[in-house]
Amino acid sequence: MSEILLKIDGKEVKAREGMTVLEAAQRAGISIPTLCHHEKLEPYGACRLCIVEIDMRGWKKLVVSCLYPVAQDLVVTTKSEKINRIRKMIVELLLAHAPDAFDLQDLAREYGADRDRFEKESSFCIHCGLCVRYCAEVKKKHAVGFVNRGANREISFIPEVASKECWNCKECFPLCPTEALQAAYVLTEALMSHTRQ
Amino acid sequence: MDKERIDQIIDKHHSDPSSLIQILLDIQAEHHWLPKEALEQISERLQVPMTRVQHIATFYKAFSLVPKGRHQIHICMGTACHVRGASRVLDTVEGLTGIKPGETDLDLKFSLETVNCLGCCALGPVLEIDGKTHGKMAPVQTADVLKNYD
Repeated sequence: MSEILLKIDGKEVKAREGMTVLEAAQRAGISIPTLCHHEKLEPYGACRLCIVEIDMRGWKKLVVSCLYPVAQDLVVTTKSEKINRIRKMIVELLLAHAPDAFDLQDLAREYGADRDRFEKESSFCIHCGLCVRYCAEVKKKHAVGFVNRGANREISFIPEVASKECWNCKECFPLCPTEALQAAYVLTEALMSHTRQ
Repeated sequence: MDKERIDQIIDKHHSDPSSLIQILLDIQAEHHWLPKEALEQISERLQVPMTRVQHIATFYKAFSLVPKGRHQIHICMGTACHVRGASRVLDTVEGLTGIKPGETDLDLKFSLETVNCLGCCALGPVLEIDGKTHGKMAPVQTADVLKNYD
């Protein structure tokens, strides 16, 4: 494995080929905020919160660090006024969906995001895909998935699978940044017990 | 739609997981909608998780998970049709069939849908039934057109 040298926030960082900028930063002790990232799962790039600015031979570009592969002599900026402004906007948009999520409120405090900037559309799910991916990639049960599309996209349990697998697992519950997942499961449970009667 | 016919369609595509959308389309074309049992059968035969089948079946507008009528009515609501009175055509069709866009009547005769442009603006207002285009529709003519379908 060839070693790659790159610069993150002015610090020389060594990385292996195939690593993402986020992994390299985390190894060097530089923190980048994330919501949809999980070390056991494939990178997904849903929340966009880990956005950073890269500079490659004078070309500047905004990328999500959880998907962007490291490259030799890459210069990465993880904190700047511009990046903070973008993250603030992302948090404000996510807050319109899940205004009372603790994770989002912490981020809102950090980036000075206004909880009431956008009209509330409380779906409580921010489509991070953690539950869907965890169930598919780690547990290989495929009990929960996305349905519909665009603004109407939401998570949905497959009742037949959920009634067999979920009660003894529930490992996805603590992953959810907004607790929408638990609500969806409780609803499925309720519907299942209703049809059983 | 019986299980054997669905099996036939799946066999035609060699039970290939990458043919999932094509299989769904074939069933949709024959049966006009995708019953849950059909999705479960596909999921089992193709070894594709039910979450994925559901994800795809709900993603594309071409698929319906609720029963559809024998005849699909599409009324164009595009700009050209709109200014030529598409909303009045829609009102008349709603009155004649007793259903609103997105609905299907009780005896599964008609399903009504609005679309945003059918690509033949010179014919506006356009009404399309089962792929057949009826152009220059006046509200009074729609009754005659709908009479031809049972």
